[in-house]
Amino acid sequence: MVKKNLNLLTLTNGESFQPFRYALGSAGARFFQELKDNNRFMGLRCAKCEKVYIPPRNVCGPCFEPLKDWVQVGPEGSIYSFTVLRFAFIDPETGEKKPVPYGYGFIRLDGASTNLQHFLELPKNGDLKIGMRVRPVFAKNAQGNMRDIVHFSVDGA
Amino acid sequence: MKRVAIVGSGQTHHTGSRLDVNGPELINEAVIRALEDTGLKRKDIDGVLIGNMDHFEGVNGVELWSIDGNGGLMKPTIKMTTGGTTGSTLAIGGYHLVASGHFDRLLVIGWEKNSESDTTGAITTAFDPIWDRMVFAGAISGLAIDAMNYCHKFGVTPKDAARVVVRDRMNALKNPFAHVRKEITIEEVLRSPLIADPLRLWDMCPRTDGACAVIYASEDVAEKIAPKPTWILAAANRHPYSYVGDVECYPITSLYHASREAYAKAGIKEPLKEIDVMELYTPYSYANLSWIEALGLAKPGEGPKLVWDGATEMDGELPINPSGGVICTNPIGATGLIRAAECAGQISGKAGDHQVPGVKTALSTGFGGCFWSDILIYGEKKP
Ligand SMILES: [Zn+2]
Repeated sequence: MVKKNLNLLTLTNGESFQPFRYALGSAGARFFQELKDNNRFMGLRCAKCEKVYIPPRNVCGPCFEPLKDWVQVGPEGSIYSFTVLRFAFIDPETGEKKPVPYGYGFIRLDGASTNLQHFLELPKNGDLKIGMRVRPVFAKNAQGNMRDIVHFSVDGA
Repeated sequence: MKRVAIVGSGQTHHTGSRLDVNGPELINEAVIRALEDTGLKRKDIDGVLIGNMDHFEGVNGVELWSIDGNGGLMKPTIKMTTGGTTGSTLAIGGYHLVASGHFDRLLVIGWEKNSESDTTGAITTAFDPIWDRMVFAGAISGLAIDAMNYCHKFGVTPKDAARVVVRDRMNALKNPFAHVRKEITIEEVLRSPLIADPLRLWDMCPRTDGACAVIYASEDVAEKIAPKPTWILAAANRHPYSYVGDVECYPITSLYHASREAYAKAGIKEPLKEIDVMELYTPYSYANLSWIEALGLAKPGEGPKLVWDGATEMDGELPINPSGGVICTNPIGATGLIRAAECAGQISGKAGDHQVPGVKTALSTGFGGCFWSDILIYGEKKP
């Protein structure tokens, strides 16, 4: 039993910062170069099952075959499914709270066989719906990462 | 290959925060209870299998630093961890280790202190840093997307989802180890704040501190330890994708395929009729509808009907989550193993106030945030 007058204590250790340096691989590097320089989405197609992968990768999981055929997909697409985030949380990648509400969805870019997950801008009129057409909104200063896209938007798509 | 049984288990009284114990002390509570349940002593145990999702505590190597409390001092001690499915991976791994013939009495432990970190921060580290983390929308966003897709496909409503919350909350009232033990109405679920459409606060599992220990025994010793051992009839698992957007939401492919393999191994053709109780790792309400369809209990879109008809209630054709399930208790690394302990409790007749009468066959699942699935099937008869 815990003594009645005992103060139960905790140690807080939230200030640690451990930097990592992740390799993008050749497929990732090509994707982000195209995205940054040309605002173009490039996927890899499996010669065997014809599935077009976004994000691109060097191997098709089901066929276990190397992927070599680059194809352009998007930039528009449609909403496969989505949610609207209404509670704010601290993003461990940035240490910041993204203001709520905001949309988040799985986007099927035209010509792709898999979904790209990204943020969705809430429409000026009405609600987000499955199947809606979306277009990417690109960041002003592209860095060569997923945040080169600010979000996808139904407005103007 | 040896036949394998669960001969006993122990759980902590699960709760939101256990400031009175550190990790090894929490683990020790469950281990002591499992040993007491079987009448075994630490010296009788051949080895320890332990796991958690160490992102949650930010301390790696629990198999090492919990050694005083986990009972494995100077014995073979092995760690397994697979994110959300850790507990069910432990349940399957324990089965495999004992079936191999190398262990006769294996102590299997799953635990978590979810109170010690930020849940979303911890879960985010399980995802790909280049493609997924940079545009991640929190721990439950993927679950919300799954629920939204399911509702869109079949016209399932928030009221349908709330109905299973009512069921699991009611069941937890009779489980002294459950974390959230408070009755709730459909209206209260529907009035709780939206957190990620269509998921509301009470559609979701809690964050829990807790541990579970299960003792596995080989066919050579099981019947000497327990009057009514719970035999493992089948185990299967599936991992479906690399990146978040690869997942196919419906039906949950990992659970669909893992269950079909497990049914075939256990000789089950009509799961609704042949299985007497299920303990499902369903961390949000809608999973209790769409995943029972993937398990073959109802046709696509007809999961809600099965629930509304009362088939999954304590007195129904197939009671689901007599313990109150994950909606009421979720110490992540323990959660899948609690399902196994609960199934064994049901078969051995030790489930107490939440005992389903006459259970001969039981099924448990495990789920990980990457839509992975584990399945185990248990029986009272030696396979
Ligand atoms: Zn292929």
